[in-house]
This record gives sequence, C-alpha cells and structure tokens, in this order.
Amino acid sequence: MDFDAVLLARLQFAFTIAFHIIFPSFTIGLASFLAVLEGLWLSTRRDVFRNLYLFWIKIFALSFGMGVVSGVVMSYELGTNWAEFSKTASPVIGPLLAFEVLTAFFLEASFLGVMLFGWRKVGPGLHFVATVLVAVGTLISAFWIISANSWMQHPTGFTILTDGSLRATDWMAVIFSPTFPTRFVHMTLAAYLTTALAVGGASAWLLLKQRAQPESRMALRMAIAMFAIVAPLQLVAGHDSGKLVLEHQPLKTAAIEAYWKSGPDQPQSLVGLPDREAGKTRFELAIPGIGNMIQGAPRDQALKGLDAWPREDWPVVGLVYWSFRAMVGLGLAMIGLGAWGVWLIARNRLDGSVWFMRAAVAMGPAGFVAVIAGWIVAEVGRQPWSIYGVLRTADSASPVGAGQVSASLLAFMIIYAIVFSAGAVYILRLIDKGPAPDPEPLPHGEGRAPGTALAAVPAEPEA
Amino acid sequence: MTLDLPLIWAALIAVAVLLYVLLDGFDLGVGILFPFARSPKDRDAMMESIAPVWDGNETWLVLGGGGLFAAFPLAYAVLAPALYLPLILMLLALILRGVAFEFRLHGRKRGKAFWTAAFAGGSLVAALAQGLVLGGFIQGITVRDGRFAGQPFDWLTPYSLLVAAGLVAGYALLGGCWLVWKTKDELHGDARRWTRIAGAGTAVLLAAVSLATLTVHPRVAARWGFIDGQVSMDVLPFLPIPILGAAGLLIVVEGLRRREHGMPFAGAALIFLSGYLGLAVGFFPAIVPPDIDFRQAANADNALALMLVGVSLLLPLILGYTAWVYWLFRGKVGGDEGYH
Repeated sequence: MDFDAVLLARLQFAFTIAFHIIFPSFTIGLASFLAVLEGLWLSTRRDVFRNLYLFWIKIFALSFGMGVVSGVVMSYELGTNWAEFSKTASPVIGPLLAFEVLTAFFLEASFLGVMLFGWRKVGPGLHFVATVLVAVGTLISAFWIISANSWMQHPTGFTILTDGSLRATDWMAVIFSPTFPTRFVHMTLAAYLTTALAVGGASAWLLLKQRAQPESRMALRMAIAMFAIVAPLQLVAGHDSGKLVLEHQPLKTAAIEAYWKSGPDQPQSLVGLPDREAGKTRFELAIPGIGNMIQGAPRDQALKGLDAWPREDWPVVGLVYWSFRAMVGLGLAMIGLGAWGVWLIARNRLDGSVWFMRAAVAMGPAGFVAVIAGWIVAEVGRQPWSIYGVLRTADSASPVGAGQVSASLLAFMIIYAIVFSAGAVYILRLIDKGPAPDPEPLPHGEGRAPGTALAAVPAEPEA
Repeated sequence: MTLDLPLIWAALIAVAVLLYVLLDGFDLGVGILFPFARSPKDRDAMMESIAPVWDGNETWLVLGGGGLFAAFPLAYAVLAPALYLPLILMLLALILRGVAFEFRLHGRKRGKAFWTAAFAGGSLVAALAQGLVLGGFIQGITVRDGRFAGQPFDWLTPYSLLVAAGLVAGYALLGGCWLVWKTKDELHGDARRWTRIAGAGTAVLLAAVSLATLTVHPRVAARWGFIDGQVSMDVLPFLPIPILGAAGLLIVVEGLRRREHGMPFAGAALIFLSGYLGLAVGFFPAIVPPDIDFRQAANADNALALMLVGVSLLLPLILGYTAWVYWLFRGKVGGDEGYH
C-alpha cells in the first residue's frame, strides 16, 4: 500500500472515530444521569425527577442511536483499512474486543429497547433495572475499549514468536496493562464531566429564557455539583495519566511539552508554535525551571527530549502540543466554572446570576472538545506506531488503493455531515423546548405517535 | 480431552451470522417494504413493530465482524479489504436507516419525509450490499501471501448481482412474514400480499442462484456431487437441504392460506436455514474461498480458549435476555388498541 493510501486511511479512521467518540462520551454519562434521575423519582416520587428523566431520555435516544451506527463502522473499518494491524494484534487484543461485544453491546442494545419502549410492559422497578443495566453496559464497553487501547499504547503480557506473530503470555497483563487503570478512570471522568457540562449548559439556557423553571433549576444544581466534584478529580487523574506517559512513552511527553533537547531542568512551555523541521518552538512563552516539577520529577533528573529519538519516529509535534493545551485549558476552565457555581449556590445567588448562566451555556460543549483533544494527544502522540514499539502504522494498513480509501472517506464525510447536522438540530430543538413541566395526561390511545420513546409513559409510577 | 477450538469457533461464528441474517433480515425487510405502505399510520406501525429490537438485532452484525477479527483474524484481514466497497456501502446504508428510527420522530414535514426515505433506501441498499458481499465471498477471493491480492471490483459480477437480488427478496419475505405476525387489520392484509409476492420472488431467485452457483462455480458444484455434467451419489447426503427449503416455502404458502399469523415467519426462517446450509456445503471448511480454510485462519489457541470461557458463560445469558425482550414486546402493534 502506497504512502497516500496510508495517509488517507489514517484520515478516514481519525474522522470516523472522532465522530464516534462524541456520542459515547455523552451517553456514558447520560445513562448514569438517567439512572440517578429514575432512582430519585422512584424513591421521592417528585415530579421534577420524572420530568427531567422524560426530557433527557429523548436526547439520550438520539445520541445513543448515532453512537450505535457510528460504532458498527469501527468494527469493520479495522479490517477494511487496517488488515495488517488486525492480523498482528488479534492474538492479543482480539478477546478484549470480543468481550466488549459480549458483555456490553448486547446488554446495552437489548435493555435500551425496554428502557425506551417498555414503560407499560414492565413495572417501575424493572424499568429502573433496565436503565441501570444500560448505564452499566456503557461503562463495561468503555472498560474493554480503553483496555485494548492502553495495550496499544504500552503493550505488555505478550511475546513475539519467531515468525513475527504475537502471542499473549499473561492475559491479566494484557487486560490490565500499566496505563489502563488510570486511563479508564480518566475517560470515565471525562464522560461524566462532558455530560455534566452539557446538562448544565442546556439547563442554564432554559433558565435564561424562563427563570423559575423548577426542572432546569434542579438539573443545573445537579450538574454543578457533578462538575464541581469531577473536574478537580479529573485534574488528578489527568496528572497521573501524564506521569504514566512520561514513564512508558517518554517520546509522547517530549512532544506534548515540546522538549526538543534532553536534559535536566526542563522549562514548562505554555504557548508557542512548535516547528518540527527546525526542531524548536517559535514565539514561545515558557517558564524556566518548573518543567520537571510539573512532570513530578526531581529538578536534576534528565528528561528525554525529542533529540533522543530519530526524527522519523517523531509524532506531529504541533498537533500533540496544541491538543494537550486545549484539553488542559478547558479542564481548568471547568474547575473554575464549578467553583463559581458552588460559590453562587452557597450564597444562594445562583438563580439571579445571568453571567454564570451565560458562562455555563458557553461551556456546554467544552467536554466534547476536551475529549477529542485528549484522544488526539493519545493517538497522534503514539505515532508513527499503531502498537507502540511493535508495529508501525505504515505497516498496519490493508492492501487497498488510494482510490477506494478516498472515495469511502468522501462518502463518510457526506453522510456523517448530514447525520450530524440533523442530529444536532433535533437535540438543540429538544433542549430549546425544555422539559415538559406537567406531561399531559395520556388519554387511552391518543397523544403520542406509536413507536416513540414516550408512547407509553405512565403519568405516575405504579407501585 | 482436547477441544477442537477452531471448529467450535467456526460453528459459533456461523451461528452468529445466521442469527444476524434472520434477525436483522426481518427488520431490514420491513424497511424494504416501507415504500409500499398505504399511509403514514401504517408506516408508524411497521416501525413500532421493530423499534424495540432492531438495535439488538444489529449487534449480531458487530459480533460477526468483531468475532471474525477475534477468532479468525486472517479471514477478517483478507475478506474486509477484498469486499471493501460493498462493506463500506453497507455501513453507510445502515447508518442512514439506523438513525432514521429516532430522526423520523423529530423531523418536521420535510425532515420526516427525508428520514422515511432514508429508512427505506438505507434498508434496501444495506440488503443489496450484503448480497454483493455474499456473492463476492462465494465466488472466491484472490489471495497471495496471506493478503488480498485481487482487484477493487472483483466482487462485482452478474452472479453477485443475482445473489444481491435474491437476498433483497429474501429479506422482504422475512419482513413481510414479521408484519403478518405483528400487525393487524388493513396493514396485516397488505403484509400478506407482500409476503406472497416476496415469497414467489425468493423462490425463483433462490432457485436461480442455486443453478447459477452450480454452473458458474464448478468448485461448489463438485462439492454437491455434480462433476462434468454427471451427478454422483455424493449428492445424496445433501438432499435434505433443498427439501428443507421446499418445506419452508410450503409452510409459508400453507400458513398464508390458513390465515395463520406466526407460521409464515417460521417457514421463511426455514428457507433461510436451507440456503445457509446449502452455501456452507459449497465451501466448508474454507473460510475464505477457495484457498484459506478455517484452521489456517484461526487465532492462537490461548485466545480462542479464553474467549470460549467467556462465550460459554455469556452467550446463554445474551440469548436469554434477548428472548425475554422479544417475549416482552410480543403481540400485535398499531391499530386502535392504544399503546399497551
């Protein structure tokens, strides 16, 4: 396969997986949020929780559908575009992906049907169980996919046979590779944070339109509590993750921080334009003397710079550098928003604070951007390897020509653009309409179209 | 006792693919029949009959792809590039029809019309693309050094187009039978008519595909005992397979005649089972016809063993709750009895 086809295949994978990750990041958190809402509704019988559940389940159904169909693509794209990777990696991570399907996808898909359409067919308790199972399924799915990806970042528990093929020697070391536990926590927190910000942004939008709306007031408070707690935790998890990168993938750290030269007492680059050709950062603003401290290393310890590796092994430094800064910058803004929100709640001034509401609306999509930026750091930072140190991306591709790859890339771009814009419009419309304050009583056989998520919602939970 | 892991996995993947074809087959079939519905109300009822289960049905496709990756990586790595364009076409079509389930409810006038068309068109194109994949697969794949070594359009032949047409008719038959089972009144009557037409189409096309396979692909014909125009006794053990298909067709016809509601679906499933077994006879033990057999393509034994532990615990559970979901949503949809 020629160079252009590899590059096109990479673009296609980057495009389809970046599109896909938007939805799991949202639905992992939203499924848990819905489980909490339904649990609160069943235990307190307060209408506000039911109305919020019925509101967010509609947005969940839309997002989950887009996540499912864009996810099916991934399970075939590994073969269509990355056949050599599949052959090489399968003996080790094949079971992980198979377990993802068996433990997570079936669970989610089956109980989603009950969750959306089973209102009058199962009791409230069993319906709650279905919601919880969907939420658990999303987390199990994240477990396996992060496990497989962590192995690609820092492969352990395998051996290379004389014919060049891989064999697992220790399954626990494969599944729980050193970076996995921290990265799993990091991704789960990211999903919760993304959802909390989206819920907060939507609620703030509705409160800006109509101040006293009880559902949005409740949801905004729940969202603030969530991101005020999770955002600082994420800083800790992210920092731990960074330390593991330094330990296991020092080249990625060098790209993230634009360390061009190895040595002790690295500076902390804040902003600048990394120039890969020249091997330096232009227009750089850096704080000397604190780089090692930020990495959690003693000041006199030498940290490897990019010069420690041959240039053909370097990732695209500028992209990694800036994606990392986007992620961290947004993370810090989330911590700030959380602190501000808690302060306003403590002083009982949240409802009147138009500026906080506007800021929450502006930060509504921040989680999605941060998640994508974080994955760019992880994936582009691993280049030019698909399995770090084992298999190069250039040797991972399928024997297909640039024509097929570019035609399919174009088709994906068109279809995804249509699906994404329509989905975004429908979700934003729903958000703009807001939760129904008092769902209309459901006369027998009238009201909502059959087949809709709400076709059979009871007005009251039946005991 | 040592387990023949590759053989067990070949059986498991074969069952997963068959379940996929039967389950997603009927909901794709409902999509193919969508343009023939009399009214928006009928279309809503058709959608309602599959909305709670389509996602689970499609998960068998993910198990097919993921399972092939995990159990027979060489087959996965050869077949996917060889069938690149029809696979991508299938994925794109499945995307459009998959999101249509939700998007149709949220679109306004033009949006709703667009997603209605996307559901019907996506279902049809996905079925066609799967037929092209199947046709390309039966025809055989050019392999050199464990890699696909053919041309991008190898899969596109009159034979594969015939297979694609047959699969569309077959899915329409499954969809029609499903609707006979799940709907009532006027829509039920329409579904009976669609089932008759799709059943006739399936019978003709299945016969045509069988004949074409035996004449165009001597390799497959030899398996069935037809060599150089001579029929040998080798054909005898396989005779139950076409008989099974004929019995299935008879059950569909008889079910419709007796105005049974569930019986035609069982007959259609038998027709698919017969076609599936018939194909399997043609190329087993090859997993990438004609050159790679399932043992060559199998993953490392320790990977297969680990997955077998998982699958023997999880598959009964999955089948159990899948059956429970179908049981939960049993009975007729639509009409005037309200929303249950």
